[in-house]
Amino acid sequence: MQINLALAQIATKLGDVQSNLEKHLDLIEQAKARKADLLVFPELSLTGYVLQDLVATVAHKPTEDDPVFKHLLKASHDLDLVVGFVDEDSRHRFYIASAYLSGGRTLHVHHKVYLPTYGLFDEGRFFAWGDSVRSFDTRFGRVGMLICEDFWHASPPYLLWLDGADIMLFSSASPGRGLNDKEKLESARWVERVTKAYASMFTSFVAHSNRVGYEDGLLFWGGAVAYDPNGELIAQGPYFEEALTVASLDLNQLRRTRARLPLLRDERTNLVQKELDRILSK
Amino acid sequence: MKIDLSINTNLARTILTAFIKSEITRADYSRAVINLSGGLDSALSLALTVEALGAENVLALRLPYRTSSPDSLEHAQLLVDQFKVRSETIDITPMVDPLFERDPQMSKTRKGNLMARARMIVLYDQSEVFKGLAVGTSNKTEILLGYSTQWGDSASAINPIGDLYKTQVRQLSQALGVPQPIIDKAPSADLWEGQTDEGELGFTYAEVDQLLYLLVDERYSPQECVEAGFDAKFVDVVVKRVRRSQFKRMQPPIAKLSNRTVGYDFLYLRDWGT
Repeated sequence: MQINLALAQIATKLGDVQSNLEKHLDLIEQAKARKADLLVFPELSLTGYVLQDLVATVAHKPTEDDPVFKHLLKASHDLDLVVGFVDEDSRHRFYIASAYLSGGRTLHVHHKVYLPTYGLFDEGRFFAWGDSVRSFDTRFGRVGMLICEDFWHASPPYLLWLDGADIMLFSSASPGRGLNDKEKLESARWVERVTKAYASMFTSFVAHSNRVGYEDGLLFWGGAVAYDPNGELIAQGPYFEEALTVASLDLNQLRRTRARLPLLRDERTNLVQKELDRILSK
Repeated sequence: MKIDLSINTNLARTILTAFIKSEITRADYSRAVINLSGGLDSALSLALTVEALGAENVLALRLPYRTSSPDSLEHAQLLVDQFKVRSETIDITPMVDPLFERDPQMSKTRKGNLMARARMIVLYDQSEVFKGLAVGTSNKTEILLGYSTQWGDSASAINPIGDLYKTQVRQLSQALGVPQPIIDKAPSADLWEGQTDEGELGFTYAEVDQLLYLLVDERYSPQECVEAGFDAKFVDVVVKRVRRSQFKRMQPPIAKLSNRTVGYDFLYLRDWGT
C-alpha cells in the first residue's frame, strides 16, 4: 500500500486562530491537488507558539460544534489531517495538543506529555501536562503522534512502538538555535539525528512537521522530514520557508525491513518491565 | 584551550535578513532607519537591512559632532555609496553644545552620554519622518558588558546583530562586503578624540569574546574559566561588569501592587496578533 503523506511547514499568526484556520484550509486544498492522503501540520499550528497569556483565548475543542474544528472535520472527509491546537478540557485545563481527524471524526487527541520549562521555554507555566501516550488505528494502519519535546525523550516513541504504531507523526514548533560554523543550526541537526534514529531503531516510518516564521526574535526552522523503516530519508522540506512537502510512503517496506531486521519481534518487553520495576522501586 | 567563535555566515545572513523583514513588516512598516557611526556594527546592520528591505527602503543617518573623527563621516559615506541608500547628515553640535556649556567641568562620560542620546533623538525623529523603524546596532559583546549608553546608542525597534559577538560581527561583515577600512580599523565609539573601545575597556574584543562565550553560552563558572586559562583578575572584572550592567538589558522594574502587572504577569510577545 502506497500513501502520500504531506507535511505543511507554515508560519502562523500569533493568537489569530481565524487567520491560521484559513491558512490550514488553503494548505488542505494544495495537499489535495497533490493527491495527499494525510496532511500533518506543526505544533500549535492553529494558534502560534509563544502564547503566554493568550492561551485561554485561543483554546478550542476538536468537535463538530466548534467553530474552527467544524471546518477541519469537514475537510477530513477528503484527506486525513493532523492539526496542532490548544485543547481545553471540561475542567478548564489547557493542553498543547494534536488532533487526528479522518472522515469527519476526531480519531485521536494527543496532549503533549513533556512541557519544556527551561532555557528559552516556559510551557509548564502556561499548560497542563498530558498523561498518556497511545497509538491508534487509522485507515493507513496504526499511528502514533508526539509533539516536539515528547520525542526529545526516548520513552514516548518507544511506548508508541510497543503500542503498535508503524507510522510516527511528530510535530514541532522548534526555535532555531546554536549557530556555529556548521552547515545547519544545532537544533536542526539534533532533531534530524533523533528522528532518523527512531525510524532506524523502531523500523517504522517517522515524519516530522516543523513550523517556520518568526515570533519576536525566535525563528522556527522548518525542514520537514520523512524517514522510512530503514532510517532512510524519503523527503525533506526546505529550511526557514513555508512549504508543502509530500512523501510517498510504501507501507510494504515495513514487512521487508522487519523480515530482514526483526528488532520489533525480538524486543524483550518483559525484561524492560522487570528492570523498570526494579529501578523504580528503589 | 581553543575557542572557535566562527559562524556559518550564509546561515546567519539568511536568518537575520528574514528576521528584519518579518519584524518590520509585521509592525506594519516597510522601511528602516539606521544611525551610521562609520563603525563596523552599524555597517553590518545596514548591510543586512538593505538586503532584507531593498536599498530604497533604508535611510542612513550620519550624525557627527564637531570633534568627531573625519574618518567616521567618510566611512559612513563609503557605506552610503556602496549600498546606494539615501542618507541625511545632521550635525548634533547645536543640540549638545548648549548643554555642555552649562557645565565646563562636564566629564567625558557625561558628554558621551549626551551625544549618544542626542543621536537617539534624531534617529527616532527621522524614523517618524521616513516612516521607518529604527534598526539597532548593538552587538552581544557590548550588550553583555553594558558598554553602551542606556536609551542612547542601545535604543532601537529591532536589533538584528545583538546575538553576535564582536568577533562574529567582523566575520559576517566581511561576508556581506562591508568595505575593508571599516573592518580593519580599531573599534571606537568616537565620543572623544582618540577613544577606542579596547583602550577604554582595558582588554581586547578577541579576548573578552572568548571569555563571554564560555561564561554565557557554555555556562562555565568563573573558576572553570580560570582553569581554562583566563587570567583570574580579567575573569573577575568581566563577571562583575556583566552583573552590574543587568539594568541596561531590562525594562525598569515596576513595583507590583495589583494582581496583574506589566512585566510580571501580563505576558505577551511583541508579535501578539501578527
